[in-house]
Amino acid sequence: MPPIKRTKFKLTAEQLLEMFYWLKLMRAFDERLSILVRQGKVRSGVYTGIGQEAIIVGTCFGLRREDYICPLHRDLGSFLMKGVEPRVMMSQMFAKTTGLSKGRDSALHSGVSELGIFGNTSMLGANLPVAAGIAYTFQMEEKDNVVVAYFGEGASNVGDFHEALNFAGVHRLPILFICENNQYAYSVPIERSMAIDDVAERAHSYGFDGVAINGNDVLAVYQSTQGALARARSGEGPTLIECKTYRWHGHSEHDKAFYRSDEELAMWKSRDPIPTFTTYLRARHVLTDEKLQEVEARIASTIDEAVEYAMNAPDPQPEDAVTDLYA
Amino acid sequence: MPDARELTYLDAIREALAEEMRRDEHVFVLGEDVGAYGGAFGVTQGLFDEFGERRVVDTPISESAIIGISVGASLRGYRPVAEMQFADFIACGFDQIVNQAATLRYRYGGRASVPIVIRAPSGGNVGGGLYHSQNPEAWFVHRAGLKVVAPATAYDAKGLLKAAIRDDNPVVYFEHKYLYRRAKGPVPEGDEIVPIGVAATKREGDDITLITYGAMLTPSLEAADRLSKDGVEVEVIDLRTLQPFDKAAIFASLEKTSRVVIVHEDVKTLGIGAELSAVIMEERFDRLDAPVLRVTYPDTHAPFSHVLEAANLPDADKIVAALRRTAEY
Repeated sequence: MPPIKRTKFKLTAEQLLEMFYWLKLMRAFDERLSILVRQGKVRSGVYTGIGQEAIIVGTCFGLRREDYICPLHRDLGSFLMKGVEPRVMMSQMFAKTTGLSKGRDSALHSGVSELGIFGNTSMLGANLPVAAGIAYTFQMEEKDNVVVAYFGEGASNVGDFHEALNFAGVHRLPILFICENNQYAYSVPIERSMAIDDVAERAHSYGFDGVAINGNDVLAVYQSTQGALARARSGEGPTLIECKTYRWHGHSEHDKAFYRSDEELAMWKSRDPIPTFTTYLRARHVLTDEKLQEVEARIASTIDEAVEYAMNAPDPQPEDAVTDLYA
Repeated sequence: MPDARELTYLDAIREALAEEMRRDEHVFVLGEDVGAYGGAFGVTQGLFDEFGERRVVDTPISESAIIGISVGASLRGYRPVAEMQFADFIACGFDQIVNQAATLRYRYGGRASVPIVIRAPSGGNVGGGLYHSQNPEAWFVHRAGLKVVAPATAYDAKGLLKAAIRDDNPVVYFEHKYLYRRAKGPVPEGDEIVPIGVAATKREGDDITLITYGAMLTPSLEAADRLSKDGVEVEVIDLRTLQPFDKAAIFASLEKTSRVVIVHEDVKTLGIGAELSAVIMEERFDRLDAPVLRVTYPDTHAPFSHVLEAANLPDADKIVAALRRTAEY
């Protein structure tokens, strides 16, 4: 494993607080969705990223509007950071016409081309060839925009992973492959699905660097991302960043996750990315009690408003089941 | 027609690609061996020299990525033309076609489209065996969000490919390998577009409607000529587009003939013929004077032996037999 490239970065107090806001917003958004599923208000399609937020914040923070993201199913927060309004994402989960899909599908199966967001299918890893195609157009146009493509350690066993990373390596495409290694592919632990310790190792067989980092440390993720982005923008090709993390909830909200121990969950909860970052900010006097209250109040009202909006938004009309099939 | 020059089906496809690439810089081709080598059948010969390696992309053996990359590029306004070296290999890219490309517009709430073309060299009678002879068009006709075309002539090969490239939807373009160098005919230079969804009447007749497409057009016309000697006039319709197929043309012909025979090289069960037959039964039952018959490949694989393959392929004799049965019903 090559050493992680130390990239210097300087974030202002304002930027650090913004990162903090995003971490907290994502957590609160997913927690609310989890409750809404249990209340029967959201039917299904909720795959929370609780515990994994630092990966999205660290990789999406500071991306350009023209940069493209190709998120996986737990990355609802990446849509928000890229500019989709919380009320629109909430509408999507409520299958309302005000959602991205207009009720055709839930979760993250929709995208917004103007904001540089591609929404994948349920076929994990199938976003990676698409990401390579987008990156190929940036390269054709000699633009220094970048694609950030996400996948789980489980999806790294899918053929599309190999085909996409191989193509990206051959063409030295401007693309970051971000692995959210949360230790489980639904119920199957990583040691039952691959014979190596680090997904990052796989990058070397495609001719580019892979690094494994602490995915629960938002600044570590940010630092690695900045290094990889600089390389991609200057034509030095792809990088794979494997972020070690843990999924607190089950695969979906219907999964009780009996296949793992309480001790293991407790151990990972002790590495919660939010308190870790909170401690860092408090020690630097960036975060005060007053600021914290401010952030929490803003998030609560944002989410309340989004839920209110989505619940009152119109359902699709029955005839829309067969529209938007063809351009 | 001012331009009476003749081209082969294969040259017509190449000319459509070259003209579209000259017209629109967002059109590019990708696939296995399509670059300097010019493609396994030579369809892309010369394109690499004219347009360069960025727009004539040699890919690794990665059918799924070829389609996925095309989808990604299309989201940024490009119009990629992906080549599956053989239609048989399309199964390796199936997910990206049916789950990714076909559903994208629907799940984006109509805010995006996927203007890609997937060229699939299909069909038998070339000694290709199990994995170089298939006709998998029905798989894609079955999936909403896709269009499917299958030209039978050099003229249509060019005009339909141009239409497919300019279409904003994913189009699977089945080009029949048997026709590559055997089908030859007048093909005008420049923009002669064959619209998607419009069938062509290749022979007029009042007694039986024969619906076909692709390489089955030639034996169908031969069979129609033979029936004519018995005083039975067969109207031959070349569908050209399988999804959406030209229902109006079929019904208009049926008004005259009241009898239908469907001929295709794909296997029988749930082939296009099954759908056409069902639609005719549902919507024009009272116009029929005879059951709709199908002449197709049997429900089996495409064998390597000439003897076995000939036993499977529909030909003029088999079509004549079905036409006679229909006429005598």
